[in-house]
Formats: sequence, structure tokens, C-alpha cells
Amino acid sequence: MKVRFSLNGKEISVDVDSLRRLLDVIREDLGLTAIKEGCGEGECGACSVLIDGKIVNSCLVPIAQVGGAQVLTPEGLKGTPRGKCIVDGFTEAGSVQCGFCTPGMLMAAEAILTKNPNPTEAEIREGLSGNLCRCTGYDMIVRGIEIAAEKGEGLW
Amino acid sequence: MKDIQKAVPRVDARGKAEGTTAYLADLRMEGMLHGKFFRSTRARARIVSIRKPELPAGYYIIDKDDVPGENVVAMIENDWPAFVDREVNYLGEIISLVVGPDREEIVRIHDSIEVEYEELEPAFSLEEASALKGGPIHGKDNLFADYFISKGTPDEAFRKAARIIEDTCDTGLQEHIYIEPQGMLGWWEDDRVVLKGSLQCPYYVKHAAQEVLGCDDEGIRVIQSTTGGAFGGKEDYPEVIGAAIAVAVNRIKKPVRIVFDRTEDISFTCKRHPSRIRFRTAVDEKGGILGMDIDIHLSGGAYETYSDVVLQRTMFTATGVYDIPSSRVRGRAWATNMVPSGAFRGFGAPQALFGIETHMNHIARELKVDPLEYKSRYFLQKGAATVTNGRIYEDVLLPEMTRQIREMSNYKRKYDEYSKSFGRGIGVAFALHGCGFTGDGEQRLIKAVVRLVKREDEKIEILVSNVEMGQGLLTTYRKIVSKVLGVPLEMIIYENPDTARVPDSGPTAASRSIMVVGYLLQEAAKELKQRWDDESSFEVEKHFKMPPHTSWNQDTLQGDAYPSYGWGVVAVEVEVDPVTFEVETKGIWAVHDVGVPIDERVMEGQVTGGVIQALGYGSLEKLELKDGRFYQNTMTDYMIPTSLDFPKVEGSFVENPYPYGPFGAKGGGELVFDSAAPAFSAAVEQAIGKPISRIPVIPEDIMEVLS
Ligand code: FES
Ligand code: FES
Repeated sequence: MKVRFSLNGKEISVDVDSLRRLLDVIREDLGLTAIKEGCGEGECGACSVLIDGKIVNSCLVPIAQVGGAQVLTPEGLKGTPRGKCIVDGFTEAGSVQCGFCTPGMLMAAEAILTKNPNPTEAEIREGLSGNLCRCTGYDMIVRGIEIAAEKGEGLW
Repeated sequence: MKDIQKAVPRVDARGKAEGTTAYLADLRMEGMLHGKFFRSTRARARIVSIRKPELPAGYYIIDKDDVPGENVVAMIENDWPAFVDREVNYLGEIISLVVGPDREEIVRIHDSIEVEYEELEPAFSLEEASALKGGPIHGKDNLFADYFISKGTPDEAFRKAARIIEDTCDTGLQEHIYIEPQGMLGWWEDDRVVLKGSLQCPYYVKHAAQEVLGCDDEGIRVIQSTTGGAFGGKEDYPEVIGAAIAVAVNRIKKPVRIVFDRTEDISFTCKRHPSRIRFRTAVDEKGGILGMDIDIHLSGGAYETYSDVVLQRTMFTATGVYDIPSSRVRGRAWATNMVPSGAFRGFGAPQALFGIETHMNHIARELKVDPLEYKSRYFLQKGAATVTNGRIYEDVLLPEMTRQIREMSNYKRKYDEYSKSFGRGIGVAFALHGCGFTGDGEQRLIKAVVRLVKREDEKIEILVSNVEMGQGLLTTYRKIVSKVLGVPLEMIIYENPDTARVPDSGPTAASRSIMVVGYLLQEAAKELKQRWDDESSFEVEKHFKMPPHTSWNQDTLQGDAYPSYGWGVVAVEVEVDPVTFEVETKGIWAVHDVGVPIDERVMEGQVTGGVIQALGYGSLEKLELKDGRFYQNTMTDYMIPTSLDFPKVEGSFVENPYPYGPFGAKGGGELVFDSAAPAFSAAVEQAIGKPISRIPVIPEDIMEVLS
């Protein structure tokens, strides 16, 4: 079936099986590989994208569901002032180790800060709870988002 | 603080955060085929017959008949077949590899392969393995390894004992859950097989592929792809995948890629060795320890992998940070019909340390003294004899580290207060972690070689086979070399290793990458600096030498098991719900001695990550076997810590430069995993007022202990 949606601000249309996972459409059909498949079952958040501003695991979304929606991936976020600010925060705080969870964490950070530009540690942890990281123990990711919130005053 | 410790931005942070860094699953090749393993559905059986379906053009089933060399996954022993020959020894053992262009068609072919089995009786538990249930799986006695070491006069200690205190401690399976699943890509280029994969040890994979191909050194090339976490799990299993893909590519001469989905990864890759350790301690009238008798059993799974050396590390860590005057340690690693156990951060030490820390707590408890105070009486000191009758050559800073942990955690007040009632507890556990390969392994087996190249453009390239897998090597190696040379970090090049270009500096394992390989890089950089103006471009090569202070006898297992140790202490505070027995962790404190951290933030990241992973091991990560299959085979069922499960880790380091480490650094990547699980269970013990001797400590177990 044909599905039209906006991906990183551009209107696109794909013609695929309606049950095909959004994750596969983005990674395989469209070649945008920033988001990763860590589990394929909605547990790890490595495949996180924003759909109409909400964080979603793209491995659980059949493509038919995104018709008319705004989909944002790290490719679309990274060049924006917000995206840069989070990446800077992550770099400064040591939030990145193996990096496999990090693009998903970037999307989670954007969702957290959009909801609340000055989140507390508890709110950040709550916002990250759908994104698993096996390397960092989360402390430095939390710190990265705190730094982004401090330095990104006014961006969100 | 030394200059080298000052944190710099990690060189790989930006690309990874933005998602521009490519991992294995992000790579594509023209004409690339996909591979899916066909695995046994029995834990122990003989294969009577296999019926393969008619294959459409362009599809292949690769199996033992396609192996041009030895049909083995070469590790320490060559006991693991690359493809099943006749006997199946664990559920999920690889029978064949289905290869082709379309994944749905591959699944259809896979599902229509029929195997007739003659079932044999499997042995899963240690009891079944030692009773040789169903006949031996390995050798005549099911033992991959059986060692004994002794120190002092243990017989006399037990003769003189006023009492003997005993414990049996059990630790469970653990799955790595690197967030990037296993994967590898192989292709045919310049008349040879090239493998590129998510892996820790390029030369191990090369060796394994060489064996199945029966080719010479030039016949195979291995390249590391950016690795999304490993923790030991990509030390052994990539050899299994690599051997199979090498055989497939050798036959088909086209690119073939395998990427596991999570369930395949959890179900069939190597796990941390489960353990049972029995402690008997001879105590005099005053409560002093005279000697210990320690009996270690590790469950090794169906094939040996690294069980022999894992067991040695468990044994050599068995008395922990304590100077026990007399001891006997026996260790056995058993074959079972389970997925082979393999390398996992800590490599046998966490099992030993959970045991000894728990046992010391229980001794203190019996004697009615504060466990922290009791443990402090027995700290190893510089010059003390180790459990293998070697020496501690370095200053041991445990007294200072204990002082810090007491202060940070407010231990005394909490310990006294929580002793009075049910519900809250604080526990402290100590660790030492031998850096580098056990015994003389670095010299006898590894023989690391590193190269530094000064290029025409004045840039310097690091050529080693060690890999970045999240632990920060891309940054820390560059720092070491740039500091020696006094040039900016940007002048140093260090790419993912490719065996066609880099010498064999050994595996990325055993807390050796910084201490052993980093030191060789520092030495190479010094020479490069001296000769800098001699030529516009040249190469410096350095070979490993044992530090002169160490000596080791591999036959008797006597001497210096390790040249140096990392040291750690972790305190954990918990609150146990009196109704649900859910445990909430209220505080985590950690003090570590890693010599001198090469980058404070990188090392802090190791501490927070390692401690939280260990708390998962100690409190959440239950992996059970049911008829040879893991009950928890998804990330929904096998639970690792989320951002909500544990509070912040408050950490610090003490400085204790090691002369044979770069800028004084020792290993730290595994040490940070060693203390948190026993600290957690000790805290729960205090909260519930009952001893615990098994991890993970889950609410059901607490309920059982209490009833
Ligand atoms: S891959 Fe989608 S949640 Fe894990
Ligand atoms: S950095 Fe490795 S999983 Fe998060």
C-alpha cells in the first residue's frame, strides 16, 4: 500500500506492505540507519523515533499507522540547534560508550526536554525508562541531558 | 590529579550520538546474501538423518560437508564443532546455515529442513554432570578442568580449629545483553575470505576461520566493525559465527551476512558460568581465621570455550582481598548439555568474590561483629603471600578506601541503626582483580606486539588488534600516545583493527588493553619521540615482556598469578518492602584503585556501567533453564536494569601508580563489576536479618529465606 508521511520535515510516500515495520522502512527502504534494532520487541528503545512529537519504538509500528504523521529520526534532529545541544551535552558528560543505544537516547532526550525544558533528575530517569543502555548505568546520560537543559536555555 | 587523568571529549561520541557511525547491521554490500542458522531442537541426541528441501536457485544450505579444513571452532580446545557432525550436545547447536537473497524464502527453507534424532539423556545441572547422567559429555569424567592449590598448613589449621563455619554459595547464569546483537559479514576478495564483525578479538576470529578453511595465514582477513557493546560476549561467540560464514563465503564466493535477532542471541550465545562454591573456615576460640577450604564448581556448558582459564581465575580470586594464612582450593569446571558458558566481564572472579564476601559476612555474623570491621582485619598488604604463594608487590590502599567508603556512605550510623529492625540494610563488599592474562599467559600464549607509525604527514598511527567496544580505547590509546609525544590528539590515528594491517597485540579482554597493550604503546611512543627527526616516516614495534618482578609455574599453578591488581570497594544501601519483598536500592558508593585512570570520565563511565550491570546480576537477571531451553529468551522476560532501577553511583578513585602500566594505569574494566552484587546481597541480608547465599536475590527468594 502507499503511505504518505513527513520524515524529518520532508513529505514522502512509500509503497510497501502495510504491516512492514516503520523501523525497516526507515533503515532498509530509505537507508537512514541512525536508529538501531536492539530487540525488535519494544523493550530497548534503540529504534526510538518521534511521531508527532511523541517517543515511539519504531519496531512496533506498522507503516500503515504513520500515514499523515510527522516522523523525526536522529538524521532530522542532529542538525537542529536542539539536536546539536543534546549531542554536545552527551559529549561533555560522557553519555556515549558503545553508542548503540545513543541515537535512541538522543530522541528520548528531545522528548524529555520538549515536555519539560528544566527536568529534575527523577523526571529525566522517568523519561529514559523505555531506553535501555547496558554500558553506562545511565548516570552520565542523565547528566548529558541536564547539561543540555542548562546550556539550551530557551531552545525548548 | 595527574594531567593524563583530565577528561577529554571521547573521539567517538559525536558520530555515535548523531547516528552517523555505522555498525554491522548498517553496512550493505552489492549482492549481499543473508544467513540463518539451522539449529538442533534437542539438548542431547544423535542425528539419524537430515532431509533437506529442494533449493531454489541462489540458495544454499552450508554444513559440515562444506568445511575444507577442520570442522571445529578453534579456541583453547578444538572440541566445539563448527557444524554438528553426528552428535548434538546442547539445544541450539548449529547443524547448518541457510543462505540466500530473500529472508522470507530463507525462513521457508529453514522451516522445511527435517531432522530425525535419536534422543539421549541430557545432563543439565552440576549434580547431573558429576553423576555422569546419560554418560560423559566430555572425556571420561565430564571435567573440562580440575585443579588444586594449597597454601600454608591447612590440615593443621583444621586440626586446631575451635569451630568450623561453612557456607555454600550459588551464582546464576547471566546474559550480556550488549544492545547490539551479534553479527558478522563475510565476502570474497583478492582470493581470500574477509570477515567483518562486531567482535573483541580479531585474531581469535582469524584463527578460528583459518582452522575451518584449512588455509594459511594469508587466506583470511578479519576486520572489526564498530562494536555496540560486548562485555566478553564478543570474545568467544564471534568465532562460532565467523567460522560458519567463512565456510559459506569460501563455497559461494559472495557476501554473506548474519545478524542475530534478540531471541537467537539470548538463546544461543555463551553465558556467564553459573557456580557453586563451598567454603569451610577453621576459626580459633577468639574468632580468628586459621584456614579455609574452598571447593569450586563451575558449570561450563557443552563445550570448553574458556572454562579452563575462567576456573583458574575463580580459584586465584577465591580468598578475595584477604590474607588467609592457610588454604586449600579445589576447582572443577563441568560439562553439561547447556549452551557453552564463556567469557563475561570479570571472567570467573565475580563468582569467587560473591562467595568469599558472603562467607566473610556470615563468619562475622556468627561471631557477632560488624562485617566491615571483621573484614578489615584480614586485608592483604604489600609483601603478603597470595593464594598461589605469589606476592602482592604493590601498596594496598584498602584501609584508605575503607575509610572513604565509610565516610561517603555514612556506614557506621546506618549499620548500627539498621541492625535493630527489619527493612533496611547496608552492605559493603571488596574486590581485587588480577590484571592481564592469568599466570604467564601474556608471555606464553599472547606475546603481544604493537606498532606505531610515523607517517609522512607527521601523523602517528596506532596499529594494535585491540578494539573499542564502548570502554573508550579509541580515546585512551590516543591520549597515551599523544601525551608521550606532546602532540594534539587529532594527530593520532587509530582505526578499527584489520588483521591485514595490525599486528597481534592480543584480545580485548582480561583487563589487559590499557595495562599491557597501553604500556607497550607508551614505550613505543617514547622510542618514536627519540627518533622523531631521524626519518620522515618510520615504524616502531614493541613486544611484550613479563614485568621482571613476576614468576609463575603453570604446572603447579604456583607463583604470581597476576603482576598487579585493581582493588575496589562498593557499599549498597537497600530497603525491603515487608509485604512484597521488593528491594529498593537507596544508595550506591564505590571507591576503586585502578592505578591512575587514563581518563577520569572514561573510568567513571566504567564504574557506573559496571556497578549497575553487577547490580543487575545480583538482583534482577534471572535466567532459568527448562528442558534445555532458556525460559527467559526475550528482553521482556530477561530483565536488565533500566534508568529507574538504581540511583546514582557515587564514586571516587585512589591513586596508586603501577610502574608497568602506562602513566601508572592498571586494568579497571572488569574490577568495576566485581563488588556490587555481594554488596547488594549483604545489604538485603541485614535488612531481612537472615543470611543469603545465592544471587540473583529476587523477591521470591527473600520470601523463601524468611519462611
Ligand atoms: S528495537 Fe525497538 S524497542 Fe528494541
Ligand atoms: S552506550 Fe552502549 S548501550 Fe548505551
